[in-house]
Amino acid sequence: MDIINSIVLLCNFLVIPALTYGSQLALGAIGVTLIYGVLRFANFAYGDLMAFGTMTVILVTWYLKSLGINLGVLPTALIALPFGIIATILISLLFDKTVFKYYRDKKSDPVILIVVSLGVMFILNALVRIIIGPGDVVFMDGARFIMKAREFKDLTGLDEGLALKSTQLITFITTIITASLLFYFLNKTKTGKSMRAYSNNEDLALLSGIDPNKIIILTWVLVSILATVAGTLYGLDKSFKPLAYWNNLLPIFAATIVGGIGNPLGAFYGGFVIAFTEIGLTYAYKKFFVYLLPERLEPSSLIQYISTDYKFAISFAILVVVLIYRPNGIFKGKVI
Amino acid sequence: MALLIIIVGFLQSWGVALSIVNLCLISAVMTMGVNIQWGYSGLINFGVMGFLAIGGLAAIVVSVPPVNEAWDAGGFGIILSGLILFLLIASIFYVHQKFRSKYKNYFLFCLVISVIPIMKLVAGPSISSIESIDAATSGFLGGFDLPIILSWFVGAILAGMIAFIIGKVCLGLRSDYLAIATLLISGIVVSAVKHEEWLTRGVKNVTGLKRPAPYEVDLQNSDWFINFIEFLFQGRLSKIYNLDEKIIALNELVITSSGIFVKLCFSFIFSIVLITILVFSERALRSPWGRMMRAIRDNEDAAKAMGKNVVKRHLHIFIIGSAIIGFSGAMLVTYDGLFTPASYQPLRYTFIIWVMVLLGGTGNNYGAILGAFVVWFIWIESAPFALFLIEILMSQTDDTNQLKIHLIDSIPYFRYLVMGLGLLLVMRYRPKGLLPEKIIKN
Repeated sequence: MDIINSIVLLCNFLVIPALTYGSQLALGAIGVTLIYGVLRFANFAYGDLMAFGTMTVILVTWYLKSLGINLGVLPTALIALPFGIIATILISLLFDKTVFKYYRDKKSDPVILIVVSLGVMFILNALVRIIIGPGDVVFMDGARFIMKAREFKDLTGLDEGLALKSTQLITFITTIITASLLFYFLNKTKTGKSMRAYSNNEDLALLSGIDPNKIIILTWVLVSILATVAGTLYGLDKSFKPLAYWNNLLPIFAATIVGGIGNPLGAFYGGFVIAFTEIGLTYAYKKFFVYLLPERLEPSSLIQYISTDYKFAISFAILVVVLIYRPNGIFKGKVI
Repeated sequence: MALLIIIVGFLQSWGVALSIVNLCLISAVMTMGVNIQWGYSGLINFGVMGFLAIGGLAAIVVSVPPVNEAWDAGGFGIILSGLILFLLIASIFYVHQKFRSKYKNYFLFCLVISVIPIMKLVAGPSISSIESIDAATSGFLGGFDLPIILSWFVGAILAGMIAFIIGKVCLGLRSDYLAIATLLISGIVVSAVKHEEWLTRGVKNVTGLKRPAPYEVDLQNSDWFINFIEFLFQGRLSKIYNLDEKIIALNELVITSSGIFVKLCFSFIFSIVLITILVFSERALRSPWGRMMRAIRDNEDAAKAMGKNVVKRHLHIFIIGSAIIGFSGAMLVTYDGLFTPASYQPLRYTFIIWVMVLLGGTGNNYGAILGAFVVWFIWIESAPFALFLIEILMSQTDDTNQLKIHLIDSIPYFRYLVMGLGLLLVMRYRPKGLLPEKIIKN
């Protein structure tokens, strides 16, 4: 019984939160990695692109709610999601036309593109904060819990409860669906294959008649979809705050590089690697060991590797370790 | 530029104008540090915020009086764990230099992983006892009670040391990886500064730091200053005949001008620092060393072929630039008179500095200084200007209009919009900045 209790405890406080957080990071990281693979620069404006997409979703959600439309148990934001995606696609294509295209045609150094993306980041950041304000916005509605801790206890008769928030399940399922559609597209369809070819070897792809403009537009479309979905899921799970999205960019970068920059599958796993180490290292295992060990061996301290204050620092430290030992990432990067 | 600041002096107040000047001067020192790294040798350092935080940390550690009870309670544990940390770093470098085994890196990794819990075990009780002493007012170790000017140099040295470690780890990376890595490492530094409360009081902030300039209150009570003000404003005072009114008027003048006098003192000190650094870096740029740096930046392979040790040069310049940034971090905290770890945000303390450098002119020291002045001025004045624009554009609507209220509430964010637009325009039409680098012919 104690063993089951300890497993449930770990599930509740470690596995489920890490899976949720990991899904959000994974979707974001795939977006960053796609931009890197096809357009060949690290896009610092990505966090704010996520914030922009989420902001549009929130605005549409408010409008829908004022019309009295909702999805019952599911959050209304899911209906608003396509509108947010369209707005994000439009703004990404706008920035691509006005800003990035010039440097791409000039074949500028990647560093210049990074600097330019900083400018886009400032603008998007300002736009989001001007339009919706800097504060917290909670736009989650519908059923909050799928299973409450007490219900689980009553159901199974265990001492430990297992709570499952509906946002956690939605996050996980949406991520799996989005990611599998994306990988199907990249690996099986002709357009997806040509995108990979372009990312792998630009000259050869041009030679075999692949239209670069089509590929680039397609990339921005995919990236915008991923950014909006990831941003909305994060906003549903926690709450929407423009600066939080900018802060999330850093673990997303870490996940991208850990998985091998330019490699979508690697980015997907990288997100989960970051999430599990982050939560696994900051979780206090005291109660876990209380269940498992006999009474006289019970630990007195929290058995926490590092305090939760350093949650973000852990993902950065993983990144530094990866950069030293395997600069190309755990999975080989630089190719889609 | 000077004209603009004088206009602000007349329109808003001289205190505002002078504090803009002072922050411009501090930012100019920061941009010189970044410019040495990016302009001279093409190293992209997005860790500015971290080095600024280290400089600020130095300011409090040097200048705050020590808290003796805290030292008695937990000093030993802290010193012991500091010793362990030192031993750890020393042994890493030793192993790194001496051994050439394939498994060396894995061994070092395991070493670091295993030492962290030991340090926690050693320092944990002392930290909690230090933080429990008088938690509302101190709860930290304090510092060495030395003059705060000294901390500027200590900040530079500390930042240089950290830069040495970071540089050893990261400088082999490609440019875009280096940007991300330095950004993330500066995040680690700031989260350490924020959460190690025994050292920095964390989010509780350290206030009331020492100053290299006199305090306003002391000035207001000193005879020579009152006499000086009386002498300065003789003309205006002589028009007032009532003695009581004259004293009141004099008092007001003394209070406003004491603030301005203090700010002028700061400006004087900061200008000396800026000019010294400027002279040195200009000379360095013109020396054979500067030539070598430019050669490395423009063509790394050719420089390598000429027998230059590129990795070592990069490390040197990374340390020098970061030390200057650390110096300015200490200056910033000194000027503010308080240390607020939570305020270190990458948008404000890394990217705005970068905008200054890019806008002013990479590789040109005067350009970097110009950029610091222009950008800081825009940063401060874009909010009042945006307010002014909104008032004009929406003068038809009444004050209860929802849109107008919303826009006025979000005025602080218009500055980010201006920054972004400015950066994009400069990168597009003047990619080398307002004052481009001069080609030096030897």
